[in-house]
Amino acid sequence: MLTLDNLTKSFQGVRAVDGVSLSFEPGQMVGVIGASGAGKSTMLRLVNRLSDPTGGRIVCQGLEVSALRGRALMAWRARCAMIFQQFNLVGRLDVLTNVLLGRLNKHGFATSMLGRFSDAERTMALEALDHLGLAQTALQRADTLSGGQQQRVAIAKALLQEPEILLADEPIASLDPRNAQTVMEALRRINREQGITVLCNLHTLDTARAYCDRIVGMRQGRVVFDGPAAALSDRQAREIYGVAFDEAFHEAMTSTSLAPAVERAPALAPAA
Amino acid sequence: MPTGADRGGGPIDRVRADLDQLRRQRQRQTLIFGAVFLVALALSIDFTRFLPDRLAAGLPRIGSYLYDTLPTLDPAVLFADSKAEGSLAYWYFNLPKYLQLLFETVNMALLGTLLGFGGGFLLCFPASRNVAPGRWIAVAARRITELQRAVPEIVYALLFVWAFGIGPLAGITAIAIHTSGALAKLFSEVVENASLRPVEGVRAAGGSWFDEMRYGILPQVLPNFLSYALLRFEINIRSSAIIGFVGAGGIGQELYYVISFNFYEEVSAILLLVVLTVMAVDHLSDRLRQGAIGKESLA
Repeated sequence: MLTLDNLTKSFQGVRAVDGVSLSFEPGQMVGVIGASGAGKSTMLRLVNRLSDPTGGRIVCQGLEVSALRGRALMAWRARCAMIFQQFNLVGRLDVLTNVLLGRLNKHGFATSMLGRFSDAERTMALEALDHLGLAQTALQRADTLSGGQQQRVAIAKALLQEPEILLADEPIASLDPRNAQTVMEALRRINREQGITVLCNLHTLDTARAYCDRIVGMRQGRVVFDGPAAALSDRQAREIYGVAFDEAFHEAMTSTSLAPAVERAPALAPAA
Repeated sequence: MPTGADRGGGPIDRVRADLDQLRRQRQRQTLIFGAVFLVALALSIDFTRFLPDRLAAGLPRIGSYLYDTLPTLDPAVLFADSKAEGSLAYWYFNLPKYLQLLFETVNMALLGTLLGFGGGFLLCFPASRNVAPGRWIAVAARRITELQRAVPEIVYALLFVWAFGIGPLAGITAIAIHTSGALAKLFSEVVENASLRPVEGVRAAGGSWFDEMRYGILPQVLPNFLSYALLRFEINIRSSAIIGFVGAGGIGQELYYVISFNFYEEVSAILLLVVLTVMAVDHLSDRLRQGAIGKESLA
């Protein structure tokens, strides 16, 4: 179980994340929603320590994540994979190598500097790519791929870390609706099939409703909603997005994507 | 400061008024800068006595020196052997020695550039503000590279001739150290312009700082590194020909000798060879550089 306890991050006096306390059961798929600047990204970056908290604690199965340093910190980041809005791939390297970067934490200095990945690792990378429908692009340069493909390469890379948790920071914000759908479905499948906990920042409510078991709503660095998607009322949604009560509010207002092709409920049925 | 509201008018009028003011301000700045520049130029000309009459008096002397070095070639025996005075072979009687020294010179430049590339490569990452693993490491790396490039090659060469004795070892070391400092600066400027997104991607996967440099930065900067290294190789060929003057090996040593002893025809023979070599190397490296940059522009 991953627990955030009174987690705080201030930038020059501004509290981007303000006393957030949350617990995540293994295997959950959680959507974190909120307007721009609500602290969603900062919170995710705190969880895998790309950014250091200024207060509070992060604990995962007894491991005090917020106190980790050096090699232990790198090992934690490997357990807690992350994908980004801008994919953060190495554009000049081929897709296969990009995916193999997910194995770096398992390598020593020499083999990593020389780029000596094992055959088993290469097979693993190709299988991950194939699973995401990208095996044929393995030898292409990553920057020749479309945004949706690049994000799936980033997911394949994350899978090679064999993580317990997958953090997705606005994974579909720079994608067109069709690609957004492919990426969200890939994330959900990983969550269902491999039991990896997924924390996903989304700025559209309908996407969160369609794909996530649980929704966390943030506003001005604080958690203002935490519960199953179905429990999120219109009024609470307005509060998250800071829309005045008298203004008309439709979920579609926050939407940039197509309606999901698959309804959530049937997908939850015992697939396993 | 007057605001738009005082002057009245719509937003476009206000912007226009601000723009006019900005323009006048820029004109004033340009005028002031131009005046300062002209004064500085006048002072420096006066101080260094860089005056037209002195140039006019000196230029003919250059011509007469060069004229003295010209070989006396006799068309009748131009292609005769080295015993015939006036033949090319007579002018270049020492060619085997020159070629050997020239080869040594190019080798000094090549080895010096290679070693300097290694040094500059290792130092440029800690010296880059955006990726240095710590503030103090960045400061230390920067100071080291500044020391390396602040001292001219010829001064290093003097020092190393004294330490290692006369010969190319001193020259190679001198070139390597200066090149390391110069390339580290150029390289770290490239690194500071690289995108940090891939670095974050590597870090988020649990990679070390070395992994971040190797996979996040290197693929972005390598073509530029190669291009700068080739440019530096061109510069080092010239340096390598000169540092022989202080005994650090190569053709410079011979050039210094024949200049000191006024062996005029040999001066022109050596200079011509050096110029041709430098031109050839420039040409070759230019081609290679185009290749390196061309690969990059495919991105």
